[in-house]
Amino acid sequence: MLALQILIDGFAISSLYALGAIGFTLIFGVSGVLNLSHGAIMVVAAVIAWWVGGFGSGPYLGALAGVAASLACAFFTYRVIVRPIQNSRAIPREEKEIFVLTATLLWGIMLQEAIAYFFTNNPKTVRPLVEGVVMILGVRTPLNEILTAVLSWLVIGLLYLLVNRTRTGKSLLAASMNPRGLTLLGFELSSIYVLVWAIYGVLAGIAGVLLGAFLGVSSDNAGVLTASAFSIVVLGGLGSVSGSLIAAYVVGYLETMTAYLVNPSIRTVPVLLLLVAVVYVRPQGLLGRR
Amino acid sequence: MTRVLLIVLPALLVMALLPLGVGGYILGLLTLGYYYAVFAMSWDLLFGFAGEVNFGPSFLIGVGAYTAALLNHYWLWPIPPCLVAGAFAAVVAGAVLAVPALRLTGPYFGLVTLVAVLLLQNVLVLFAGITGGEIGLDLPDVLAIDDTTNYYYALVFMTVSGAILFGLSRSPVGLILQASGQDAIEAAALGFNVAKHKLTAFCISAFFSGLSGAMLIFYLGTASVGTVVDIAVGVNVIIAAVLGGRRTIIGAAVGAIFLIGAGEILRPLGQLSTFVVSAVALVVILFFPGGFMGRLLQAGGRE
Repeated sequence: MLALQILIDGFAISSLYALGAIGFTLIFGVSGVLNLSHGAIMVVAAVIAWWVGGFGSGPYLGALAGVAASLACAFFTYRVIVRPIQNSRAIPREEKEIFVLTATLLWGIMLQEAIAYFFTNNPKTVRPLVEGVVMILGVRTPLNEILTAVLSWLVIGLLYLLVNRTRTGKSLLAASMNPRGLTLLGFELSSIYVLVWAIYGVLAGIAGVLLGAFLGVSSDNAGVLTASAFSIVVLGGLGSVSGSLIAAYVVGYLETMTAYLVNPSIRTVPVLLLLVAVVYVRPQGLLGRR
Repeated sequence: MTRVLLIVLPALLVMALLPLGVGGYILGLLTLGYYYAVFAMSWDLLFGFAGEVNFGPSFLIGVGAYTAALLNHYWLWPIPPCLVAGAFAAVVAGAVLAVPALRLTGPYFGLVTLVAVLLLQNVLVLFAGITGGEIGLDLPDVLAIDDTTNYYYALVFMTVSGAILFGLSRSPVGLILQASGQDAIEAAALGFNVAKHKLTAFCISAFFSGLSGAMLIFYLGTASVGTVVDIAVGVNVIIAAVLGGRRTIIGAAVGAIFLIGAGEILRPLGQLSTFVVSAVALVVILFFPGGFMGRLLQAGGRE
């Protein structure tokens, strides 16, 4: 009974983690940027969905507004923060990475504080897209939890098709392997980066809205969300999408098991220990390439 | 070098004479700022010179602070041995963290240092019965009750630490560190032991962070997760160093004092104050990547 409960809850949480981390790893793979405002962008999506949905416009319009807000944030992050640093002549090349990290971190704090100012930092639960519960072999499961898992996998599947089956998607893949080669073939690298950030915005938005409906979100969660995406991505191997998927399930189940079997207050500790062990033994992560 | 002295000496003179002119409130604020300045300078030695991004300065600060706090609270050690023990514990913790972590580079090193902070925080909260957890551990001893005395302790401590760190950064060791930060392979090819120098830098950084952390809690009279371990503390240290101008040491101190002051001046804005401080820092990073001191110190110098 408890085992089944862990299996179901863990699956839903893990799918959500996978969706949240996949955009993060995509951006790193294609443009080499670690976006530390990730968690804050997810929070923005969830809170906007909650706010718009609260006007009686229904959960669907709210979810749409949330994803749109996340898309806008992603564009802003790229245009106003990441690209100027990448193009700056004043910053030496070997220090661009730390500047991007610091700047996105600051931007994340700004988003988080703005949300806390306008909407307070109380936890907010987005109205779920579907209501009701079903019994799966005697375990009470909200329909929303099933929808979360299904939607996450649907989006991941669509992303897979986009990257592997379409011409635009293949250019993304090529950019992650050899950006210079791609420019020599006549592709505009900057438009590929814009595309990647657009995909990222949609993914983070959907993940944020689903998270808001499933667990509820407060502006204080932004840091934790970024940290968990970061750890999943490093565990799976920076830039490896399939690695991130596996890592998301490892992290999701480890946390759920700790919460149910040991003590909910230490749910993140085993993950952190595992992360340290993996980074020492195999720094490239489960499926990463060096 | 003379340029630096020309800027620093008058500033120090003003700071030393300040207690004659201003009240206890501003002195208290600056005292806090000076301890933060040492955090930021130690961080700058590691990042600006060794090129390693330490996301967890508050791990080193926290280990130093809590070691001193526990010894003082439970065994009633007097303050000086507590400070020594705190600094020593931070060096040991830093070495344990750094020896394996320095095999890693870039984001991986950053992540390990970040995880170290999260683990320390979890441990402190988990053993709240001993450590006081989120509420904090009150200390039987304080450095001094008088504002002016506290202010001078902090000022002297910051000046001495700053002089050592700055001297180190301009010494041959500092140059080797800078070389290994910019191109580790070439530095190693020239015959320098990159790992040894980076480890030394980490230990020195840990020593001053831990000592400053221990001093800070004896000034505040209480050690809590929110003041010395929380990620937000580490983020502030990093912002201060980058804001003041990385690779200058002195800039880090200026950035830290500015940050503490700005946070206080903007307090009437309430929740928005953090927003404004972050926005200012972001603008400086985007438009003046050298920071406050970058242009001033490096205009005539090597770069």
